[in-house]
Amino acid sequence: MSEAAPTDMNEVRGRGRPKSRVLQASWDVFARTALLGCACFSILITALIIGILAYETSRFLAEVSVVDFLTGLEWNPLLGEEKHFGIWPLIAGTLLVTLVAAIFALPIGLVTAIFLSEYAPARLRSVLKPVLEVLAGIPTVVYGFFAVIVITPSLQWLGKLVSGEAVFGPYSAASAGIAVGIMILPIVTSLSEDAIRAVPKGLRDGAYALGSTRFDASAKVVVPAALSGIMASYLLAITRAVGETMIVALAAGGLAQLTILPWEQVQTMTAYMVQIFLGDAPATGVEFKSSFAVAGILFLMTFLLTFTGYRILARFREEYE
Amino acid sequence: MTSSTPSDPSVPSAENSAAVSIPSPPADGVTSELCIRCRNLDGWYGDFQALHGIDLDIPENRVTAFIGPSGCGKSTLLRWFNRMNDTIPTARATGELHLHGRDLLDPKCDVVDLRRRVGMVFQKPNPFPKSIFDNVACGPRLHRRYSRGDLEALVEQSLRRASIWDEVKDRLGQSALGLSGGQQQRLCIARAIAIGPEVLLMDEPCSALDPRSTSAIEELIRHLRDQYTIVIVTHNMQQAARVSDRTAFFYNGALVETDRTERIFTNPTHRETEDYVSGRFG
Repeated sequence: MSEAAPTDMNEVRGRGRPKSRVLQASWDVFARTALLGCACFSILITALIIGILAYETSRFLAEVSVVDFLTGLEWNPLLGEEKHFGIWPLIAGTLLVTLVAAIFALPIGLVTAIFLSEYAPARLRSVLKPVLEVLAGIPTVVYGFFAVIVITPSLQWLGKLVSGEAVFGPYSAASAGIAVGIMILPIVTSLSEDAIRAVPKGLRDGAYALGSTRFDASAKVVVPAALSGIMASYLLAITRAVGETMIVALAAGGLAQLTILPWEQVQTMTAYMVQIFLGDAPATGVEFKSSFAVAGILFLMTFLLTFTGYRILARFREEYE
Repeated sequence: MTSSTPSDPSVPSAENSAAVSIPSPPADGVTSELCIRCRNLDGWYGDFQALHGIDLDIPENRVTAFIGPSGCGKSTLLRWFNRMNDTIPTARATGELHLHGRDLLDPKCDVVDLRRRVGMVFQKPNPFPKSIFDNVACGPRLHRRYSRGDLEALVEQSLRRASIWDEVKDRLGQSALGLSGGQQQRLCIARAIAIGPEVLLMDEPCSALDPRSTSAIEELIRHLRDQYTIVIVTHNMQQAARVSDRTAFFYNGALVETDRTERIFTNPTHRETEDYVSGRFG
């Protein structure tokens, strides 16, 4: 290719046309700004959402006293002469559905994760993992249908069998809770399995070398070592359950009542917002504004859960890296 | 160590003879019992053959060192002695491998019981993320029910025997992860001996440690020699020379030669052994 001797290199190098440093520098500034802008987009959106929530909540609280809102035990914004805006029935409904979901999904999810990570042969795992991922990809409205068509009748049948009376109506916290539980199951399983697999192999070897059975090694060494990661997976899954909307809107009912009985119908915070936005209330009324206040509380709850979850997860990673 | 005994029947060819010689009489003049016996042991990882026809005898209550360049199969062999290779799905072995007459390659071999008799210490210290006390206590707890007092006594004895008691006796409740690397490794030795094994397998136990911790562990190995059959894999030839009674040299998955340690280091039979111990390769 080149017959130039090494001494000519400088001469050849000099032949290139010079580029403008100013142009290069300004392009760099432009690129940096564009990247920063994209990165800031999601932060801006979050800030905007928080701003709107705060603004509408303040307008709502101008009409309803904050004490009534935060301490009231009756939520009845639409019917009757006197409207009541006590948030607790909605919070209780949300927590009841979440509790049922957690009781259903957390143990099953953990056991599945232990099985996948410690017991399952590679071939079985290669079948089970994709199935779980399919489960994670199903739109939640489908789970809602599933709750109404399968879970509710099953519970009704079971309730009648056990007590002889029709304890379960067409809507119940339990039915929605179980469906939400099925929905969060893949999250618990997958995140817990990640945590369990992240336990260094050396610890497993150490456990087996002491004469542990597989169960001993899992239950006494591996799972305790992964505990903070498992806790984080629980919190993140619970966050999803608290914020779940479609399933509860379809299966939990629409009556905001303060109850801990899972066969009662309940209204969750999310389901109330759906009800309002689907047109049950005029967009100027106090009911409409109330949904923003409810959303604000819900945001605070999920924010705290997510924040704690990621904090635990970060500490867990530190332990082994 | 004395060398007053007539030399072992010498070993003419590398591959199939090396081990037939029964362990040398030890310093005290008492012939040691045979602990582990391999005959024609082949080991595979999938299609890769890692061990080729190993014939080896390991005497009881002696320290046997495995030396050889990386990838020569010494750790693989060690991990068959307590069937740790079971944790690797593709690992398998054929041939004969006996521990006190018990067939270790028998599919019906109870590995949980085997591992109670054959303890292991790993290359990287691997204390559990629990308290110092629980690290030592968890092995005994797996196998028997102890009263609190007995358990405490057992933990103290194990820690004393592993020469770490004085350093940790005031903080038994604290996390083992707060110990230094050398302390962690001695804790792992305490954990291994707490269940009362006959054999201790050590897979390069000092490779992650600084020189001071290394000499503490070597001191400990000399100290434990009376009560346990110890097999130690090491890359450090001085270490093998310092701590072991017998040395086995491996090369490319085969046992080249095994003999009393001083013979391996002063007058080996095979050319490869001499080259390796004199640092010409490996």
